[in-house]
Amino acid sequence: MPKPKLALYWAASCGGCEIAVLDIHEKILDVANIFDIVFWPVALDFKYKDVKAMEDKSIDICLFNGSIRNSENAELAHLLRAKSKVLVAFGSCAHEGCIPGLANLTTKEEIYNWVYRDSPSTVSNNGGTFPVTHTKMPEGEIEIPEMWDYVKSLDQEVEVEYYIPGCPPQPHQIWAVIEHIVSGKPLPPAGSILGAGDKTCCDECPRERKEKKLKRFYRPFEILPNDKECLLDQGLICMGPATRDGCGALCPKANIPCRGCYGNPPNCQDQGSKMISALSSVIDAQDPEEIEKILDQIADPIGTFYRFSLPHSILRRVQK
Amino acid sequence: MSEFNPRIVGFLCNWCSYTGADLAGVSRIKSAPNVRIIRTMCSGRVDPTFILKAFELGADGVVVMGCHLGDCHYQEGNYKTIRRIPFLKRLLKSFGVHPKRLRLEWVSASEGDRFAEVVNEFTEEIRQLGPLQLTNGKAKKKQVHTIAA
Repeated sequence: MPKPKLALYWAASCGGCEIAVLDIHEKILDVANIFDIVFWPVALDFKYKDVKAMEDKSIDICLFNGSIRNSENAELAHLLRAKSKVLVAFGSCAHEGCIPGLANLTTKEEIYNWVYRDSPSTVSNNGGTFPVTHTKMPEGEIEIPEMWDYVKSLDQEVEVEYYIPGCPPQPHQIWAVIEHIVSGKPLPPAGSILGAGDKTCCDECPRERKEKKLKRFYRPFEILPNDKECLLDQGLICMGPATRDGCGALCPKANIPCRGCYGNPPNCQDQGSKMISALSSVIDAQDPEEIEKILDQIADPIGTFYRFSLPHSILRRVQK
Repeated sequence: MSEFNPRIVGFLCNWCSYTGADLAGVSRIKSAPNVRIIRTMCSGRVDPTFILKAFELGADGVVVMGCHLGDCHYQEGNYKTIRRIPFLKRLLKSFGVHPKRLRLEWVSASEGDRFAEVVNEFTEEIRQLGPLQLTNGKAKKKQVHTIAA
């Protein structure tokens, strides 16, 4: 029997997901044994034309990481969708948009203006040079992908069978998913989240929790939290209550509040609104003025609550 | 072009405001027909997700009404609401949605006239703000959450 075909691709991402795949260490050799890896730009020298030459639905599993930021990302998303039987949104970028998705706080125009004209480190752009998709060169015309005005998660561009959350997905979870697939056990229904739990990050967190009553919130640089008590109890904005478990509460164990990379917990559509719900219940004030003062201490709610999920949140992007 | 007719979603608590709205009705107090009322057990039951969802699905404004402070049927449900709504307004503002599109009001079961007043006032306010047009805000596919591995 021929080996099942595996493809991995990165769109708008940092490359951390690729490293996470390699972080399964020597088991990567098992992966290479079990699967026929047909496409993996970060590690193997296959070209887009090789993928285009494949028959439709000839790739058994495609792990697609990265969000959809430009025309090239979208083209490859459609291409790999056509060629793959099972397309997996791998990692937070493909799942919910992740850090690149924070571009939805602004517009392409504002980003271009800042990066190519207004930022202090831009020395001189007097001619107003901005990226263009087509450039004439003596050797011919060069075409580069067009950056979009906003960022999409993979499932906002093409149909996706499964999601593996995390920034990046934890290696033991990746391996668990691979093992599950290899074992031939039936796969869950399309739309399922793989390689994660069905509770919240707090359920995996070993810290001691008390009845929460908060009058003061801190930013991480303002206090040194102790390593026993719940970080939210200590006044740090920890995304644990609005984040899916599966990572093993890595950040809280390292004295850092959860940042929310595993995305929405089950039956939750929007991390930010759940976080507002959670925090509103623990703020210890009944006077509107005092409440406003306490809320003033929470810097950048949108960037904190939607750090990993803005494109996949209910409102998706800042309205301009 | 016909005049803009705001679409408003109202979340009304079962014990005070919904009864207040009912009273406005049986007392035949005239008020703007723009508010689509959804009855919740308590204003504290109104999850911020409901409100964002309402905006996503086409509401131009959302009004949450509950019992006056101290009168909550569940003792302190509405105290959660007075923290939630201002917090959510801040978030809406950073999303570029005018915070005035969300309003919190206390309407008791005996305040039918107050209900009508709030509805008329809010409808007018939203009419001034104009329709809420979310860019790229179409309803997305529902994710099924089952787990494997």
